[in-house]
Amino acid sequence: MRAAWTVFAKEFLENFRDRRTLISALFFGPLFGPLLFGLMVSRMVDQSIMSADQVLTLTVSGGERAPGLLEFLRSHGVKVKPLNLSASGARDIVRRGLAPVVLLVPASYPARFGAGEPAPLYLVADSSDSETRKIAARAGSILAAYGSSIAQLRLQVRGVDPLLAVPVAVNDLDVATAAGRAVAVLGLMTYFVLFALLMGGMYLAIDATAGERERASLEALLTLPVPRAALVGGKILATCAYMAISLAITLLAFVTVSRWLPLDRLGMSSDFGFTTALAFFAICTPFIPLGAALMTFVASFTKSYREAQTYLAAVLLVPTLPIAFASIYSLKTKTSLMPIPSLSQHLLMTSLLKGEPVAATDVLISASSSLILAIGLFVLTARHWRRETILG
Amino acid sequence: MIEARGLCKRFGAIDAAQDVSFAARDGQITGLLGPNGAGKSTCLRMLYGVLSPDRGEARIDGIDIRGETSAARARLGVLPHAAGLYGNLTARENIAYFGTLQGIGPEALSARIEALASRLEMHDFLDRRTKGFSQGQRVKVALARALVHEPGNLVLDEPTNGLDVMAIRNLRALLLSLRDEGKCILFSSHVMQEVAALCDRIVIIGGGRVCADGTPAAIREQSGAATLEEAFVRINACGGALG
Repeated sequence: MRAAWTVFAKEFLENFRDRRTLISALFFGPLFGPLLFGLMVSRMVDQSIMSADQVLTLTVSGGERAPGLLEFLRSHGVKVKPLNLSASGARDIVRRGLAPVVLLVPASYPARFGAGEPAPLYLVADSSDSETRKIAARAGSILAAYGSSIAQLRLQVRGVDPLLAVPVAVNDLDVATAAGRAVAVLGLMTYFVLFALLMGGMYLAIDATAGERERASLEALLTLPVPRAALVGGKILATCAYMAISLAITLLAFVTVSRWLPLDRLGMSSDFGFTTALAFFAICTPFIPLGAALMTFVASFTKSYREAQTYLAAVLLVPTLPIAFASIYSLKTKTSLMPIPSLSQHLLMTSLLKGEPVAATDVLISASSSLILAIGLFVLTARHWRRETILG
Repeated sequence: MIEARGLCKRFGAIDAAQDVSFAARDGQITGLLGPNGAGKSTCLRMLYGVLSPDRGEARIDGIDIRGETSAARARLGVLPHAAGLYGNLTARENIAYFGTLQGIGPEALSARIEALASRLEMHDFLDRRTKGFSQGQRVKVALARALVHEPGNLVLDEPTNGLDVMAIRNLRALLLSLRDEGKCILFSSHVMQEVAALCDRIVIIGGGRVCADGTPAAIREQSGAATLEEAFVRINACGGALG
């Protein structure tokens, strides 16, 4: 145990003096995620606020043929911009982005409207643009409202109860909690947390294994009367320490960033404060030894620094897979999913962010499965270090 | 005392060591001589316990080297072929790391490092990070690292590689003084003159077998050659035929 502590202290100090390790563990890993997250969220907030408050401006061609429609549009807050265009001209200016949406009233409109037949209207929009798609949808719903008001008037004139034309009344009841709507954003956040966690220990895991071999310091080390498990244990512990520091910095950065973000306007609970950060830290702590043991295990099989980097880059992707899976199948926190590392941490953190209750047993299952796997990987790594092939 | 008893090691189809037996005695410098690829490093690696022999055993002061925490390991100092250092640690920290892992307490450790620094003339660079050290400085640190626990036995694999003339002279002087203190020193080399200048006893290896074992004079006599170099060439021809 004393030997493991000696190895830990040496690896910690040596890597603390290594600029590459320090920058990736304590700078890029932990700060990149929160900054990107902040940028994305503030952009999303800007967009959603913009479209809700903006006055809808609609370019209308041939509006003089439908005075009733124009009156209806104006009474619903639409700013009508008259412009005389042919059908191809309308397509052209929408395509060139000069007007987001154009409403075309064709020459046949008045006659058919008067005859009580379906009167044609053309709404020209570019559905590949998310901005104009929103405007077109708003214009479309106002036009549909106009259509149904005309239909009701016509039925009334013919002595028919307009309610007969409304056989079902659909009511939307949204059960999402305030925070539940932004799950995609939340998935991103938990991913950044797990990514920074692994990133924090990656270079140390490489340096302590493949690096030791490449520097040719390994052979002398292996002649010492020290159990190989103590060597491996010390190296994994040092990796854990860097990962924990990286995680702490990431969470502090998230706390700082989310202070500046109007998260509540996105429907998320905005209190990503120190309490939530501490809970995140507690949920992620059992994942630290697992990640450290996994990276040390993989790097122990590689011959060089470069080879180790290639393999560990793939290991960094491991926590993304369950998270991607969770968002594709919109998985919810379930006890049966808790034994899966990274997925369980993701689900638990997401639940916390959404303000849902988190069961103590779920946290316990998640933690113990990660720790058991970590011990298993530690044993396998120590066994590999006992083989003479470790010399490479 | 370092003993090889019937060491055998096979890598795939290659017999790197076939029934290698010899002993390096206390108060003597024993040279393990042989051309490149003769199996010198394989033998040394089995002796200092990082390779396990397929058959036979390696003993240090009569204790089997096998086992991660064998007491034999504490009686042995090792300078492997490529003795890499930790570049971000100072020379002192490099030595202290090995000393602590050998179980030396902090006070005894700093006294020993001081003594070694004086003996190896390392005071100028003792507290500098070893990144960028010259080969001579590196070998000094690696030697101090191997000697920090005051082992009675020392194994060095081609220690003069890459050293300049002055550094080689200093190393020779050091090995001779260690011998005079009664330590058992075993080193390998493919350079004839080096072995002739230093060794009390020579073991010649070729094709994974011991071809000759004795004092320099006895080996000359045995092969019927006038010089040790001539003897080496003749004996190697025999080893090649055997291998």
